[in-house]
Amino acid sequence: MSTQLPQEPETESEPETDAETGSQQARRMREKAERRERTRTEETPDLSDEETRVIKVFRYDPEVPEKQEPRFDEFHVPFEKGTTVLDALIYARDTYDSSLTFRHSCRQAVCGSDALFINGSQRLGCQTQLGDLDEPVRVEPLPHQDVVKDLVVDMDHFYEQMHAVDPFFDPDETPADPMVEQSQTRANREKIKTSTRCIWCGACMSSCNVAAGNNDYLGPAAINKAYRFAMDEREGSEKKRERLEIIERENGVWRCQTQFSCTNVCPKDIPLTEHIQALKREAVKENLKFW
Amino acid sequence: MSQSYNRGLVEDFGRWREFSAGMWAWVFHKFTGWVLVGYLFTHIAVLSTALSGPAAYTGTIRTLEGLLVVRVLEVGLLAVAVFHILNGCRLLLVDLGVGLERQDVSFYASLILTGAIVVASVPTFLAGVSL
Repeated sequence: MSTQLPQEPETESEPETDAETGSQQARRMREKAERRERTRTEETPDLSDEETRVIKVFRYDPEVPEKQEPRFDEFHVPFEKGTTVLDALIYARDTYDSSLTFRHSCRQAVCGSDALFINGSQRLGCQTQLGDLDEPVRVEPLPHQDVVKDLVVDMDHFYEQMHAVDPFFDPDETPADPMVEQSQTRANREKIKTSTRCIWCGACMSSCNVAAGNNDYLGPAAINKAYRFAMDEREGSEKKRERLEIIERENGVWRCQTQFSCTNVCPKDIPLTEHIQALKREAVKENLKFW
Repeated sequence: MSQSYNRGLVEDFGRWREFSAGMWAWVFHKFTGWVLVGYLFTHIAVLSTALSGPAAYTGTIRTLEGLLVVRVLEVGLLAVAVFHILNGCRLLLVDLGVGLERQDVSFYASLILTGAIVVASVPTFLAGVSL
């Protein structure tokens, strides 16, 4: 759409004779009819000779009075080995209902946009093979977050919690020469390696029973973020103390009840519970200094 | 955003079939914990009969042990206590950060061990004590 915009003023400014206008209009009408024909045939694709799967998608649109009551729509989508849930959703949107709304971007589990509640579990749509799931595949927006439209949830609260732990470096001293690397040891890198993989998809927070009942709880993702910096040897000692103070507050690490829900659903296989437990021990060590 | 839809608790107990090992361990640990707290009160009540003299205490114990229901409940109490102890040890390991990637195995192990101990204790409990 946006690529066509600059052309419009050009055609308008061109001096046109009546004949030209007539022929252009006829051409435009012809193109429009062709396009309509094309979309019409696309609307009823013949899937009879193809293997198909059924997906049931949660639908809700607060702006259309008829769609304010949440419902499930069924879509029949073509299936071949390798088809993901996101592929199915894209097909359904492009083929059947262009109003079907969901977030997606990279399609390779890097952007973290398409965390969905698929067959009762939080998963990334792009990472989940349709072939691994029982039919009909139920696709719902993430639980415990408000639904904005269809599969889109309000992520503001999740981002607030992520920012609450000050997710940035604040070393005690930086090298005078800005060209000097601030490197860490290999062992330290290994320690924080998995925690750096977080893609902010929100699956863990959505799966956490404690976070569901307590909106003030930082949640697994934010605590993992705190772990990533607190355990980094380059972190400044003053900042580390501040960070531990944040996470050991009433709604910090101590709310974790080790249900392992977050660890089970994390699409990047981050051992979230392990990191939360490690920070609990750090917090205790910080407060119990006998030496 | 004009409006948003709150679906409430989607992941409530209606989804218990989808609970994972860690979730079940938590549910059972909470449940057994509350049962043990409740038992503590009846325990104190029964023991307090000793304040009225040895005869009253012996009489109370004899009456209680004479009831089949009480002996069956004692088997349940043992099951609850054993699971709470074993899962408590599991949680201790979790807190120490030992073997978190195998926490589901330790949960199943504590369940099986609880079952074995309880089954083994059934004859002893149902026979009752001969005072």
